[in-house]
Amino acid sequence: MRVLIVEDDDILRDGLKVGLGLAGFTTDAVATRESAEAALAAGSFDAVVLDLMLPDGSGSDVLKKLRDARNDTPVLLLTARDTVADRVSGLDMGADDYLGKPFDLDEVAARLRALARRSAGRSTALIEWATIRLDPARQSVEKAGTPVRLSRREYSILHALMSQPGAIFSKATLEDKLYGWQEEVESNAVEVHIHHLRNKLGPGLIETVRGIGYRLGSDI
Amino acid sequence: MRSIRARLFFILLVTTGLMWLSATLWIFFSTRAEVEQVLDARLMEAAKMVSSLVVNQEIDPDRPAQTKAKIPILDHPHYDRQLSCQIWSLDGTLIGKSESAPETTLSAHATGLSETVINGETWRVYAVENAELGVRVLVGDNLRIRDRLVNDVVKGLLFPALLIIPLLATLIWLSVGRGLAPLRKLAGDLAARDASDLHPIKETATPSEISPVLRALNGLFGRVAGARQREQNFIAFAAHELRTPLAGLKTQAQVALASNDAEIREKALGQIVAGVDRTGRLVRQLLDIASVEASETTRAAAEVNPGDMLVSLRNELLGHAGGAATVLVDPGLFHLRIRINPDLLRLAARNLMENALHHSPAGGTILCTLEKDDAAATIAIDDDGPGIPPEEMPHVTERFFRGRFKAAIGSGLGLSIAELALHHADAALELRNRAKGGLSARIVLPKDLIV
Repeated sequence: MRVLIVEDDDILRDGLKVGLGLAGFTTDAVATRESAEAALAAGSFDAVVLDLMLPDGSGSDVLKKLRDARNDTPVLLLTARDTVADRVSGLDMGADDYLGKPFDLDEVAARLRALARRSAGRSTALIEWATIRLDPARQSVEKAGTPVRLSRREYSILHALMSQPGAIFSKATLEDKLYGWQEEVESNAVEVHIHHLRNKLGPGLIETVRGIGYRLGSDI
Repeated sequence: MRSIRARLFFILLVTTGLMWLSATLWIFFSTRAEVEQVLDARLMEAAKMVSSLVVNQEIDPDRPAQTKAKIPILDHPHYDRQLSCQIWSLDGTLIGKSESAPETTLSAHATGLSETVINGETWRVYAVENAELGVRVLVGDNLRIRDRLVNDVVKGLLFPALLIIPLLATLIWLSVGRGLAPLRKLAGDLAARDASDLHPIKETATPSEISPVLRALNGLFGRVAGARQREQNFIAFAAHELRTPLAGLKTQAQVALASNDAEIREKALGQIVAGVDRTGRLVRQLLDIASVEASETTRAAAEVNPGDMLVSLRNELLGHAGGAATVLVDPGLFHLRIRINPDLLRLAARNLMENALHHSPAGGTILCTLEKDDAAATIAIDDDGPGIPPEEMPHVTERFFRGRFKAAIGSGLGLSIAELALHHADAALELRNRAKGGLSARIVLPKDLIV
C-alpha cells in the first residue's frame, strides 16, 4: 500500500516515513504544497497523510485541488488544531479522516488501513480469497488456517492483488506500489516476487494475463 | 457626596430655596417701601381733609374738647381704626380727636411727617397747622398696624412656599432620577454583559453627555477585542508549533521502539535529540515573547556597549548554535554607547545573530557593522545566506512565518521577537537583502538613544 506523506516538519516527516514503512506501507514524503501537488499528479497513492499547515500554503488547498480533479484517494488530515470546528471543516473539505497532533504512530497506520479498506468497498479488516486470508493490521497471511511467512515486497504484491480481486495489475502498477521514489527498482523484481508467492501459496493463485499483467486466479 | 442624584437634588433644592428666599426678601422690602409711601400719602391727604373740614366750620374749634367731635374714618374689618386724628389749638388745647387716638399729642412737630413713641407704640404722624383758625391737625398711623400689613403680604407669600417646597423637592428628586436613567441603563447593560462580549455599545439614542464615555468604552472594547484576537491567533499558532515537534518526537520514539534494526533505531534517537533541541528553543522563544509583552518596563534603560554585547553573544552562540560561520564585529561598535533596555537589545540581537548563523553557508562570514547618520545609528548584522525573497519580505516578522529558505531549527519566531523587542525598546528593525546576496538585519537606534 503506497502512501504519500505531506508534512513540513523534518523530524515528524522522517518519523512517519520510517514508522509507516515499518508498518508495511510504501511511503513517499514531501514537505511543501507544491511538491505534494506534483506528487499527486504524477503517482498513484492508496492514501495521503496531509498536514494542514504548510510553508507555502494550506493542506486544505491540496485537498481541494485533489477533489476538484475527481481524485478519490483517501486523505488523512494531520493537524495541531483539533477543535470540533476544525475537524468538521476538515472533513467537509473532503478529508476522510482526521488526527490531532501529537498522535500515535500505530493509530495512523490503523486509520490508513481502514481508509484503504473502505475505499476498496470492504467492511471487514481481513481480506479473504479462496483459502487465503490476509490481515493488513498484522501484515500476516494464512493459507487454510496455517500461517505463511512472506517478505515485505511479497506481502505488498499480494495485498494489492487481493484488495481488488478480478482487477488486472500491470507490472508498472505493482512496481509503483512496491517502491518509493528514492528506491531502486530491480528490473525483474515483480516476476521474482510473484514466483515466490506461487511457490508459497499455490501455483494457481496468481494468473498471468499475457501482455497486460497479473490478477488473482481461482484455481489454487 | 458620592451620588450624582443626591448632589443634583441638593444643589437644585438649595438654589431654589435661595431664589425663593431672596424673592421673599425683595418683596418684603419693596412692599414695605410701597406701603409706607401709600400710607404716608394717605396720612397727608387725611390731614389736609380734616384741616379743610375745620376751615369749612364743620368742626368748631371753639367747642369744648369733651364733646369730642366725631371724625369720619374709613373702616376696614382687619385694619380698623387705622388712622387716628387729633385737632389741637395752637395754644396746646386738645379740641377734638378720633376714637383710637391717644390723649397725648401725637407729634411735637409743627408741620410735616414725624414719628413719636406713645405708650410704647410708634406712631407715624402728619401735622398740618392752620394759622387762620389757630388749630393744628395731627393724623397718625400706628406703625404696628403698618407692619402687620407688610407681614401679612409676606406671610401670604411664605405659606404657599412652605407647602410647595416638599412638592418641589419630590419633583426635583424624581426628575433628576429620570434624567439619570440613561446612565442607569448603560450600567445595567454593562453589568449584564458576558465577559467575552466585546461588541461596541450602540451609540444611537444616548444623551450627548454620555456619548464621550460610551465612545471611550467602545474604544476600549475594540482594543481589548484586538488584543484578545491576537492572543487567540498566537495560541493557535503556538499550539501548532508545539504539537508538531511533539508529534515528531513521539513518532520517532515509536519508530525506535518498534524497530529491531540498530541503524533505524539510532537514527530515530538522533532525530529525537535534534527535536528536543528545537522544541527547547521554541519554548524559550515563546517565553521570550510572553515576557517582552507582559513587562514593558521591568528593567530601566542602561548604558550599553553594543560591541561588547555582540562579542559576548557570538561566543555564546558559536558554542551551541553549531554555525561554521565567522562573526566579525566592527571596531566602531565598541565606541558607541547607547541608552536602552539591555535585555531587550540583547534579545533582539541574539535572535538576529542566530538567524544569520542558521542561514550562513559553512565558512561564511557574518559582519556586524555600524552606520551613523544625523537621525540614527544603525547596527547591521549581515550574512551571506540566501536572503529573503521579495514576496516574503512583508511576512517575515509575522509570528511563526517560515519562508522558503527556512533553517532546519527555525521556528518562524526569531524575526518577530527581534522586531517586538526593538519596538519595546523604542528602536526599530529593518530588513533588506544585500546587493551581493544575503540578508542585512538592521537595528535602527534613533538619535535620542545614543549617549
